[in-house]
Amino acid sequence: MTELLPLALLGGILGLDVVCFPQMMVSRPLVAATLGGAFFGDPAMGLTVGVTLELIALATLPFGASRYPEWGSAAVVGGAISAALHTERAGALSIGVLAALATAWVGGLTLVQLRVWNAWLARRRRPALDAGSRGAVIGLQLAGLTADWLRAAVLTTVAYALLFPVAQATLGVWSLREPLSRGFVVSIASAIAGAAAWTIFHSARGARWYFAAGLAVGLVLLGVR
Amino acid sequence: MTAASPPVAATPHVSAVTWINIFTRMLAIQGSWNYETLLGNGVGFCVEPALRLLPGGVRGPAFKAAMTRESAYFNAHPYLASVAIGALVRVELSGVPPAHIERFRTALCGPLGSVGDRLVWAGWLPFCSLIGLLCFGLGSGPAAVLVTFFVLYNAGHLALRVWGLHVGWTRGLGVASALANPVLRQGPTHLARAASAIAGVALPLTVARLLGHHVALLGAVLGAAALAAVVLVRLHGRVEGYKAALVLIALFALVSVVR
Repeated sequence: MTELLPLALLGGILGLDVVCFPQMMVSRPLVAATLGGAFFGDPAMGLTVGVTLELIALATLPFGASRYPEWGSAAVVGGAISAALHTERAGALSIGVLAALATAWVGGLTLVQLRVWNAWLARRRRPALDAGSRGAVIGLQLAGLTADWLRAAVLTTVAYALLFPVAQATLGVWSLREPLSRGFVVSIASAIAGAAAWTIFHSARGARWYFAAGLAVGLVLLGVR
Repeated sequence: MTAASPPVAATPHVSAVTWINIFTRMLAIQGSWNYETLLGNGVGFCVEPALRLLPGGVRGPAFKAAMTRESAYFNAHPYLASVAIGALVRVELSGVPPAHIERFRTALCGPLGSVGDRLVWAGWLPFCSLIGLLCFGLGSGPAAVLVTFFVLYNAGHLALRVWGLHVGWTRGLGVASALANPVLRQGPTHLARAASAIAGVALPLTVARLLGHHVALLGAVLGAAALAAVVLVRLHGRVEGYKAALVLIALFALVSVVR
């Protein structure tokens, strides 16, 4: 478990990127899971998990005060677990994706709690804020940033420490064959991506025809490869 | 200037170092985001380096009054908040009356939120994400996929922040007209069409590469995905995709273990 500290640092940084700093989208599953996999020497496995999660993440738009899953730390956990299993066995992708989805769900809940805590802290500092205190404004900002980084780092550590042994044990008794296991997860992810693409873009005039044209090109490309 | 406009001083000077300080802080504007003041404290945090230029410096009453004003409730898209930051720095340093600044600040909230959400969260982000998936589907390795997504996304992201800060500063109280910029008005529609086309190309290629050696399953997987997508669209708003995936994959794993 010597890998926990650097993994926590990585998860903390990528979790911080989701909302607080700098929102450069290194927290997207495509990036975060690949980095998690690279941490265990298998960026290709991390990328596979990341792409699957990215398909699912297309459906979650981080609008203002809406509640959404925290993909940054979660994708690090998913990519890291799949890569750390060091196996081509059936179920490795399914287990990595499952671990990431569970962590993303819990991560979303921790984000809500962080926002509640930020509000509580701001209420406590209200007299100083009303007096125009520079220190109070900067202090609140730094406290929020630090708390978010800690939240993401602890989440990554706890999720990896709890889920990796479970993933190992589960993989040991995984009975379904790889084609079915992989096909099931990829079907779900691509269904969510397809539904998300429709939901997000269908209101633009002609978008369905652009999609149909793109799909035709994609299928032709598949046919000639 | 119209008769209703308040008297303002000549354009104040803000040094390059101060602008860099403001821009860096803008990257952390959501650092203390909460359900009561939303982005408010972040706005105060961002404009603070410029407010030090007010008469009397950080100990002066002008600075303290401005800090109180600027740290109050505010809502906007985090990237497009840069428009507000630039404009608020301008009006604070130009001696616009406080009551006028407060009305101006309140008026900026709504448009900067809705425009940014449509342009970035529902436009640029999914577009770049789909480009990343397309790279994967076309066979690119991890580094190429990551660099393509990261560079493309942040070229737009950082350009939007820089543009917002500049246009806010140069137009001050008249910044509302900047929201009529064609990129902001027509951009989401063009992005939606482009992203739809990219989605059409990327989805089958991505699925094929994810299936790897089991590409014989492609037809079955795409067919099942299309049917499930229709069901999800019909259930829109009642089922969150990631939660449905979590439950279904957990059940699948359970079956695989107990079988």
